[in-house]
Amino acid sequence: MYYRPPLDDIRFVLRAFDYEGTVSSMPGFEDFDLDTAMDLLEGYSRFCVDVLQPLNAKGDAEGVRFVPETHEVFLPDGFKEAWAGYCENGFTSLPFDPEYGGLGAPFTLSTLASEILIATNKSLSMCAGLTTGLLDALEAHASEPLKQRFMEKLVSGEWAGTMCLTEPHCGTDLGLLTTRAEPYGDHYKLTGTKTWITFGEHDLTDNIVHLVLARLPGAPSGTRGISTFVVPKYLEDGTRNPVFCGGTDHKMGIHASPTCVMNFEGAEGWLVGEENRGMVSMFTMMNAARLNVGIEGVALAEAAYQAALEFARDRRQGRSLDPAKQDPDHPADIILVHPDVRRMLLEIKATNEALRGLVGWMSMHYDIMHRHPDEATRAKAGDLVALLTPIIKSYGSERGFYNISQAMQVMGGAGYTRDWPVEQYMRDERIAMIYEGTNHVQALDLVGRKLPMGGGRLMRGFAAEITEVIRRNADSELLAPFIAALKTESKRLNETTMAMSAEAMKDHELIGAVASNYLNQFALVTLAYVWVRELEAVVDLPEDDRLRRGKLQTARYFFDLVLPEAAMYAEKVAAGKAAMTEFDAELF
Amino acid sequence: MKIGVLLKQVPASDARIKIADPSTGIDTADIKWEINPYDEYALEAALQLKDAKQASSVVVLTVGGADADQRIRDALARGADAAVRLDDPAFEGSDCLGIARILAAAAKAEGVELLLAGKQAIDGDNAQVPGMVAELLGWGNISVVDKLEFADGTVKAWRASGGGARDVVEASLPLVITCDKGLNEPRYASLKGIMMAKRKKIAVKGAADLGLDPSTVGAAAALVVEDNWSLPPERPAGRILEGDDATRVKELVRLLRDEAKVI
Ligand SMILES: Cc1cc2nc3c(=O)[nH]c(=O)nc-3n(C[C@H](O)[C@H](O)[C@H](O)COP(=O)(O)OP(=O)(O)OC[C@H]3O[C@@H](n4cnc5c(N)ncnc54)[C@H](O)[C@@H]3O)c2cc1C
Repeated sequence: MYYRPPLDDIRFVLRAFDYEGTVSSMPGFEDFDLDTAMDLLEGYSRFCVDVLQPLNAKGDAEGVRFVPETHEVFLPDGFKEAWAGYCENGFTSLPFDPEYGGLGAPFTLSTLASEILIATNKSLSMCAGLTTGLLDALEAHASEPLKQRFMEKLVSGEWAGTMCLTEPHCGTDLGLLTTRAEPYGDHYKLTGTKTWITFGEHDLTDNIVHLVLARLPGAPSGTRGISTFVVPKYLEDGTRNPVFCGGTDHKMGIHASPTCVMNFEGAEGWLVGEENRGMVSMFTMMNAARLNVGIEGVALAEAAYQAALEFARDRRQGRSLDPAKQDPDHPADIILVHPDVRRMLLEIKATNEALRGLVGWMSMHYDIMHRHPDEATRAKAGDLVALLTPIIKSYGSERGFYNISQAMQVMGGAGYTRDWPVEQYMRDERIAMIYEGTNHVQALDLVGRKLPMGGGRLMRGFAAEITEVIRRNADSELLAPFIAALKTESKRLNETTMAMSAEAMKDHELIGAVASNYLNQFALVTLAYVWVRELEAVVDLPEDDRLRRGKLQTARYFFDLVLPEAAMYAEKVAAGKAAMTEFDAELF
Repeated sequence: MKIGVLLKQVPASDARIKIADPSTGIDTADIKWEINPYDEYALEAALQLKDAKQASSVVVLTVGGADADQRIRDALARGADAAVRLDDPAFEGSDCLGIARILAAAAKAEGVELLLAGKQAIDGDNAQVPGMVAELLGWGNISVVDKLEFADGTVKAWRASGGGARDVVEASLPLVITCDKGLNEPRYASLKGIMMAKRKKIAVKGAADLGLDPSTVGAAAALVVEDNWSLPPERPAGRILEGDDATRVKELVRLLRDEAKVI
């Protein structure tokens, strides 16, 4: 029952997608070559495994404690010390500007680190994740004095951050939000109620800094009238700002991550960015945050896979149907001999390794998009990030949940009990399909915004990447079957896209009906592309090399048994909207 | 005062050990390595003395190949100032005494006054090397220490001496001290520490650099001869006693006395 961070595969991803050629060769990242990157991740892993992992089940069992009289929230014993240790080692500071005490490492490293943090303690990872989101928004949009006031303490982890968007009557539809900001001297006073605010109140840090969406007096209705404010729990002179936790929610999972009702009772706040441009600040941090939610699936599916594999190597039930594989020393064989147990393990391995590759590749583009000296290169990277982020968030979370369920199935009844960690992983993962924009919102973003953007420029850019990898490997005998399948499925995706886009011009409702299935088709083709990239990186290794054999055999499962789902999703998209929209509502 | 820390890499404590074929040792193919856990207490004790300005610097001494560099870099990242890896074809096949000769020569060359080491390495569990180093150097040796105080060149050390009794030992430098669990809480390498370790060099030294006669170390000089390696027999399954508490306690005491013969 021991999780080992997949550092070998992480190193492989960095190598396969040419981290040194694309990221650590950029100005400012020279110190972070591959070996240094892995040293950092190894040191990070050691802490997460030793200190955070032992608290994971405890956090789940005990949950958070809300004290209504004082509005305080307490995490289970040990979390405060663990957070302090996490900060002391500089882990919160990894990707941030050295000017504010950051280490200045590539974003790529912090996304890869994030997988390890989530796998060892998803609840606590939420505190780090939200603080990072706030820092991203401040770095991009806050005035210099606000940066000076808040960033250093957030980078060091002495203070923690939140994102306050959701209100009781507005989740997906943020245009409905009603929290008000009234001018007060050179700043504002905020009034309203926010719900489901992650780490809205807790005892880990001295101060909590909220990023709040609210409306100025006379602001236009809808999302064009939303502004962003930074609201600290304690003001500069130490007085308590009137923003209070009104209660915590009882949830299916992430029990040690407080989900709070936050009441703003004339709390003092400072404008971040321009008036009525709040949604812009939100979009800045959205890509990173959504990428991170996709990683949650990768992280917990990996941890569940490791538990299931250990179990399958140990548990003896039934006989192999192939007499040659029967173990004469025991009355039953280990369940790992059964093809169906292998099927379930490979379902996880074949999709999860590709998702990790996709996350790694995308986070490198994130660095390129921010750092590359050449504007055209930056723009191209930005296009890919914009296009593929909704895929990672949505498919990563959906597949992650399904994969954890497969791991549970491998373990039979044991997987369903608290003797093993898989049932917690499954509960902790489920929320990833909902927050940071529900998965359907991701699909709408892909189909309604990203595809039409620049007259289809994003999609053309990605198609060019696929064409290029096919061309590059046209002569490889070893890769021929993989290349052929990628060719077929990318052609099919192209056809689906054309047909859907033509229809959608005439009929907007169609998008709503087909977007989710379309996203899945898109995701499967993307993972096929990632697999070919990973195979390219192993073909030249010696034939008996473990990594080479592992990648080739895992990819074989993906192409034979997972990728065929792409054609199924294409058919679902082709079915259009009628079966949904023509269904008589009273018949539900 | 300069402190030397004797540091060894060992297979991770949860590694599944297999015997190599032919049986000249363990099969290291799938092994993950870590710093010997008891050496981590030694390193931490050294770093705390440095933090308290009672030591000027901390140097790590390791006998091993380049595959140990990762562990050495971890020690540097935690705050050690320098490291010497002792590597020479002449060192191949050294037994504990051979290793001790190498380390003693290195300690002398580095000019350290205090050597800290783990009470034993969890791979071979020999617990011999530090004592031999002390003997070779003619220094005092306090072993299995779980509390340490240091003032004006005098060391006060606490150790369990069996049956619940504790020894308190006072000694002056130079000394070799071996460290036990409980002495301290080893720190983790911080990210800044890891970046800084990049700039620290691991010196590699051989017999000639140490002025060591190669015929006194290595396989030829070894007094211990290894014939064959095998895994210990599998542990029999545990037994769960049935019945109410009183019956079970009675049965447990009987088993401990008559079968296990431990009371
Ligand atoms: C544990 C947890 C932590 C959270 N943390 C935070 C936080 O830190 N900060 C914060 O601001 N919020 C947070 N949230 C809120 C979260 O972001 C919202 O729950 C999410 O955005 C969905 O909103 P909703 O729950 O109101 O669902 P709704 O918007 O009511 O959606 C219900 C269903 O309708 C669908 N739907 C909605 N609109 C449309 C549409 N136009 N077309 C088609 N389908 C539609 C949705 O996809 C969904 O399936 C958190 C929630 C939870 C549960």
